[in-house]
Amino acid sequence: MSTGERATSRIQDYQVEVAIGVLLRVGVMLAAAVVLLGGALYLAKHGGAPVPDYKSFHGVSAELQSIRSIISGSLALHADAIIQLGLLLLIATPVARVIFAAVAFALERDMLYVGFTLLVLAVLLFGLFDPALR
Amino acid sequence: MHVPMTTLIFTLLVATGSFFAGLLGALTGLGGGVVLVPLLAIVFGVDIHYAAGASLVSVIATSSGAAAAYVREGYSNIRIGMFLEIATTLGAILGAILATKLSTGVIAVVFGLMLLYSAYLSGRPQPEHPVNLKPDRLAKPLRLEGSYPTAAGPLAYTSARVPAGFGLMFGAGTLSGLLGIGSGAVKVLAMDQAMRLPFKVSTTTSNFMIGVTAAASAGVYLSRGFIEPRLAMPVMLGVLAGSLLGTKVLVRAKTSALRQIFAAVIVVLAIEMIWKGISGKL
Repeated sequence: MSTGERATSRIQDYQVEVAIGVLLRVGVMLAAAVVLLGGALYLAKHGGAPVPDYKSFHGVSAELQSIRSIISGSLALHADAIIQLGLLLLIATPVARVIFAAVAFALERDMLYVGFTLLVLAVLLFGLFDPALR
Repeated sequence: MHVPMTTLIFTLLVATGSFFAGLLGALTGLGGGVVLVPLLAIVFGVDIHYAAGASLVSVIATSSGAAAAYVREGYSNIRIGMFLEIATTLGAILGAILATKLSTGVIAVVFGLMLLYSAYLSGRPQPEHPVNLKPDRLAKPLRLEGSYPTAAGPLAYTSARVPAGFGLMFGAGTLSGLLGIGSGAVKVLAMDQAMRLPFKVSTTTSNFMIGVTAAASAGVYLSRGFIEPRLAMPVMLGVLAGSLLGTKVLVRAKTSALRQIFAAVIVVLAIEMIWKGISGKL
């Protein structure tokens, strides 16, 4: 690759990165809005109740542990599930970033980095979905 | 007058504390995560696993929320970041599994040591142009190079000691997954000290890696019930608001005195965490 080509690819890198940065920010704001909505619902219902016990760990209810049950709980307008849905959206923002990076590297025909990026994506998806980690 | 502690008051107090953690974290560049877990565990008496869960999602929020601002400066290196994320994400999954197996006391002691290291790092001077080492054989074929803007025009750099940097990043990922923090301090150590990348390239690339690393352990945290939505809600919203405000005022604020105060707070929290971890009071 000549110096000129490398300079162009760096400029494209930069533009792609700026666009991804803006997109991530939108994702975070959307996630925060959903969390806020769920939080408002929760406090409207339970705000006057005594503080729940967080001193000893017993794990949250099963409804709040898997992606599928969080979505169905949100559709039933359960406040806890809506907050958790917002947190899921938040967890999805870095995953989206990695997917965008893979596309950007593919457009530059940098196959080595397409490979590296897909490897990172595989680890992320393994963490999110693998039943062996449950 | 005695005000009874209701869920509403508790939530507002947690949100306020998290706001200041996020604000100070952004102003000092140390990240809010390092003080969040001790704040929740020591001040609010929350179990360390729930504290780590709430902290981890907040770390993702600040990393992704600040990405646009960092990228515009033109320092972060997406290739170096992506290559090293192979190590951090694998480490993060190991760390999250360890978090489900280790006792609260052990996690608290490791956390305290990590805090001491962060405080030490914040007191250390930051050389802008590092001493050049011989570039690693792997730097060129793996394209772990770049250039960054300086007053005298773009300055080229390359990577030294790639295997050492990669190994340290695995450790950074493990700590992130174990403790629910961004572990930016160890990430900067790997890039700045081991690979001898320019300091600004290290810090900005580290910020973009933190969110991806945290997302790798978030799945394990979620499926093990570490992420308590009622607690994570005020923490995440507070930290996000605080860090967004922090990055806005950063340009105007004089941060050296603030860093010293923050470092002192961190040392106190570190001793508290180690003591409570050893004596079994957490």
